[in-house]
Amino acid sequence: MLDLTPSQTVGPFFAFGLPFDGGGDVVPMGTPGAITLHGTVRDGAGAAVPDALLEFWQTGPDGRVPVRPGALHRDGRSFTGFARVATDRAGDYRLRTLRPAAPSGARDAPHLAVTVFARGLLHHLFTRVYFPNHVEANAADPLLAQLDEERRATLMAVPDGGVTGPGYRFDVRMQGAGETVFLDLSVSGAPVPT
Amino acid sequence: MSASQEPATQRAVSAEIAEAAAAPPRPDGHPDRAYRPYRSTALRAPQRPLVVTPPSLTELAAPVFGAADVAPIEADLTRHHAGEPLGERIIVTGRVLDGDGRPVRHQLVEVWQANASGRYRHDGDQHPAPLDPNFTGGGRALTDDEGRYRFVTIKPGAYPWRNHTNAWRPAHIHFSLFGTAFTQRLVTQMYFPGDPLFGLDPIFQSVTDEKAQQRLIAAYDHDVTQPEWALGYRWDIVLDGTHATPPDVDGA
Repeated sequence: MLDLTPSQTVGPFFAFGLPFDGGGDVVPMGTPGAITLHGTVRDGAGAAVPDALLEFWQTGPDGRVPVRPGALHRDGRSFTGFARVATDRAGDYRLRTLRPAAPSGARDAPHLAVTVFARGLLHHLFTRVYFPNHVEANAADPLLAQLDEERRATLMAVPDGGVTGPGYRFDVRMQGAGETVFLDLSVSGAPVPT
Repeated sequence: MSASQEPATQRAVSAEIAEAAAAPPRPDGHPDRAYRPYRSTALRAPQRPLVVTPPSLTELAAPVFGAADVAPIEADLTRHHAGEPLGERIIVTGRVLDGDGRPVRHQLVEVWQANASGRYRHDGDQHPAPLDPNFTGGGRALTDDEGRYRFVTIKPGAYPWRNHTNAWRPAHIHFSLFGTAFTQRLVTQMYFPGDPLFGLDPIFQSVTDEKAQQRLIAAYDHDVTQPEWALGYRWDIVLDGTHATPPDVDGA
């Protein structure tokens, strides 16, 4: 095994390096079945974090992991499953996407995989967004099953539809009361489809 | 929390760095998120332990990027404007590998950096050093069949920040990397050999293992240097974990 390259913070000045046009538009406006996902990133004092960068990665409604390029250069047709959004001055982010479905053979309930980057965060954080309507799948999900109700709620998108169609809220609390569940995904023995 | 306190001196921060360096380093070489000498970690590092869970099928795959996503000129940061930027032109190249030494092929590498004066093109950068109208400082490239990337840019300057009194960042280039699994995602910084600021910088020193620190520093490579043109640096990047073969779930 090679020794890995250590992480360093994304810092405060990534705005001209990482965000890209349409980074939150996983699907174009008006796409049938589109949902919006939005929320606020807050620090340990409850203050909005205006310089966080979130990435979302997901299956589509067909339960397939996208394998097509084009996440940076949106062509308006291909579902690439990848979003990258920076928080604004109020700590808010927003994206428009499709609902994820579970791949065949998956033990995990439908979810979006999330990475959180920020100034003051020396190593990014992983978390997940789950959806409350998948009652059975959520009950069987290996991650959700090991969490108490309060912790589990930090991973659950909250329906709050707006004028643009079905919407969900997912806040990220980096530290303290209501701290989001962040994940250590480094374990081996990952599930394979059967 | 220390928000209302006077900014610390370098001497005080250096003492905290030394204290942290005396503790056993993390085996994986990554920094602890709660690292006191870097003040902004105080309210942003989680207090609860990470929850251990196996990666999902989604997390075992990664976004795919292709020719439509990245134009070749994006890898030459000196050609994004009408004129040439000021500063020392350099070539930065290397390979992106997984933990088993296998190349990460055709994957996205992104960089961003300050200009030669140590100024970022960002509203939040208050350093009174000149912007360069011919330099933005962001670049992208895809790795080739061997996992190689190559950027042409200018050497960034050191710059002050307000972590503590007289705090200066060593010159660095920010790097963002994807592997073949989302779990391999990495954002880090590449430094230049021999920088006198290494010992004083809380972000560099947050990697407390000296051997791991060395893995953040590019090597000057005269074989990369081009005559009458640019100095060359080589920096290989090793991502977390082994190469995960993504399941063929899309039938492609």
